[in-house]
Amino acid sequence: MMRHLLSISDLTKSDALSILNTAETLARASDGPMKKLPTLRGRTIVNLFAEDSTRTRISFEAAAKRLSADVINFSAKGSSLSKGESLKDTAQTLQAMGADAVIIRHNASGAAHTLAKGQWMSGSVINAGDGTHEHPSQALLDAFTIRKHCARGNEDLSGLRIAIVGDILHSRVARSNVALLTMLGAQVVLVAPPTLLPIGVASWPAEVSYDFDSVIGEVDAVIMLRIQIERMTEMYLPNAREYSRFFGLDKDRLSTMRTNAIVMHPGPMNRGLEISAESADSARSVIVEQVKNGVSVRMAILYLLLAGTQELEI
Amino acid sequence: MSQKLFIKNGTLANGTKADISISDGVITSIATLPSAPDGAQVIDAKDCIILPGLVDLHTHLREPGKESAETVLSGSAAAAKGGYVAVSAMANTSPVADNASVVEHVYRLGQKAGLVDVFPVGAVTQGLAGENLADIGAMANSEARVRVFSDDGNCVSDALVMRHALEYVKGFDGVIAQHAQEPRLTHGAQMNEGIVSSQLGLKGWPAIAEEAIIARDILLADFLQARLHICHVTTAGGVEIIRWAKARGIAVTAEVTPHHLLLTDESARSYDAVYKVNPPLRTEKDVMALREGLAEGIIDIVATDHAPHATESKECEWQEASFGMLGLETALPIVNLTMVQTGLMNWEQVAARMSSAPAKIGRYENHGQEIAVGAKGHITVINPTATHRVDRDLVVSRSRNTPFHGLELPGVIMATVFGGKLTYEGNK
Repeated sequence: MMRHLLSISDLTKSDALSILNTAETLARASDGPMKKLPTLRGRTIVNLFAEDSTRTRISFEAAAKRLSADVINFSAKGSSLSKGESLKDTAQTLQAMGADAVIIRHNASGAAHTLAKGQWMSGSVINAGDGTHEHPSQALLDAFTIRKHCARGNEDLSGLRIAIVGDILHSRVARSNVALLTMLGAQVVLVAPPTLLPIGVASWPAEVSYDFDSVIGEVDAVIMLRIQIERMTEMYLPNAREYSRFFGLDKDRLSTMRTNAIVMHPGPMNRGLEISAESADSARSVIVEQVKNGVSVRMAILYLLLAGTQELEI
Repeated sequence: MSQKLFIKNGTLANGTKADISISDGVITSIATLPSAPDGAQVIDAKDCIILPGLVDLHTHLREPGKESAETVLSGSAAAAKGGYVAVSAMANTSPVADNASVVEHVYRLGQKAGLVDVFPVGAVTQGLAGENLADIGAMANSEARVRVFSDDGNCVSDALVMRHALEYVKGFDGVIAQHAQEPRLTHGAQMNEGIVSSQLGLKGWPAIAEEAIIARDILLADFLQARLHICHVTTAGGVEIIRWAKARGIAVTAEVTPHHLLLTDESARSYDAVYKVNPPLRTEKDVMALREGLAEGIIDIVATDHAPHATESKECEWQEASFGMLGLETALPIVNLTMVQTGLMNWEQVAARMSSAPAKIGRYENHGQEIAVGAKGHITVINPTATHRVDRDLVVSRSRNTPFHGLELPGVIMATVFGGKLTYEGNK
């Protein structure tokens, strides 16, 4: 297993499967009477959040605490990072405090790489979302969720077809998912208006469609991405109404999905914009379960990065 | 006290063997002589090419305002080490060189340093804001005799401002050097827009944002019968448009930087901001088109866009980092690597692209002259087959943001002679 988790390309397929399998074992343990495991006792894990994200932060925090690690939250508001302290100085401070791992969320693409490659600290770096680049733990929890519901007895995702719908251009979730889901054998189709697809998307291992209706009935899972209201003022889109009409998951589109197909969303949702309340709350929706799975997957990541070869005692 | 120099056993760009005698700042003989003239310092140029002293049309010396990154003196020393005898100090200093007093200040600092001629470039618009014309006439008329005007760092994007600037400088045979970057298409841009940017999630700077301005300004220059120079061309499409313009006889010239002749946007995959530069590194296809364009003369010159930055401006997140790379000390070896060793250009063409053509565009008198008796003693001696490893800790510049750190480059500058004075001597 590698030292850092910066992007999906750091993982081999067997690394990825090992994370998913470990997460399954840990999930079973979490469902038991003793939620907390002693595995990372005495280890210090820092949540370095230079960008607001309550969900991801508390998910990592819960994961670290269930493994008995000490967690320090270092969040953007009022922190030195927002006062213009350099990433280098912050890293050296965390090193001096003895951080065994730093989970970093940052608005700059590549910030996790810069932190890991700067040789300013010796601990592991886990990318919890860097700008519009990657969000590997989200992709791993998505893969975990899809495997649980859709994999036809396979260990990987071969034979599955998955749609990712929305603002692909600015989505770190989409980038990590395209890399991971295809590595695990799935076919990925990206659905978006042309303005929200990057120039260069043709080089990605995914199909592209501008027509949600032609895709929705042929996939095993659909991952709806959050659309930022700024995209309207930045002229990527005429207006929210039009986006919702062509790319939103409403009741009608929901009804055309395959029998066992599932609806996913990394959160937070804009109900009524990219996803209607009926879709978000339908029987197909696994959105709340994604949150739960996120904790198990993040436990597995922390365990494999920090405890390494140590036997998992449950 | 005048220095006498004798450069022996060298080869001129045209292949002729020559011994060069220099006295009182002027070349006095290029005939092979049996021994050095009395009292002359001897420079052994065995295995070396002797070029007319190099002239850079695009240099950031950072003084006044950012002396922590570079000064006129340190930049002059870096230039001398790179074989240069003249540089063009860009106007984006603080305060901006948009009036006679700033350009005269920079000019005098250059004279005082005495290692190269420092020709200040004047801003086109006040404060580089792109709205009102700067004191162009006063700068032209000043002691610095400014002939090149540029808002470099910013594009003169307003078509009407550009029209008037091109027209106005005709009055004294000036030239507008355009940083071609359509601002609306490049807002917040971080790197070339393409496959690599799509994967890295860094905001794209599309090639067409450069090409659209090049095309517009070429049409303006044609209509106004004015002189236009395009700074740092980076795209295959830009080369095509300039080729079209030259075929029509439009008075456009263009430059390419050494880094755009060698590096591509693949470098950004490291997220190492030393590769962050504006305009950005492009694709392999663009690099090849730039090399061909330079060999053909569609691109007239190599200019460094030497852009020193303090360490903290580069040792950070990519999107927070400053744009720019060092260039003066490595330009000639990079041209040797990309253009001469590939067989695309000979040394006479190197002399044209790096000395005579830039001097002519800038109207820099006494520069870019052919090596001949009576010419000014501006000479660059390079051993093209010797190699050296670039080390950012050994640069003469005050900054260390070279993208070539660790690279083994062919070509070692053995001597630089500026006005008959030895300003740099390389290792034996």
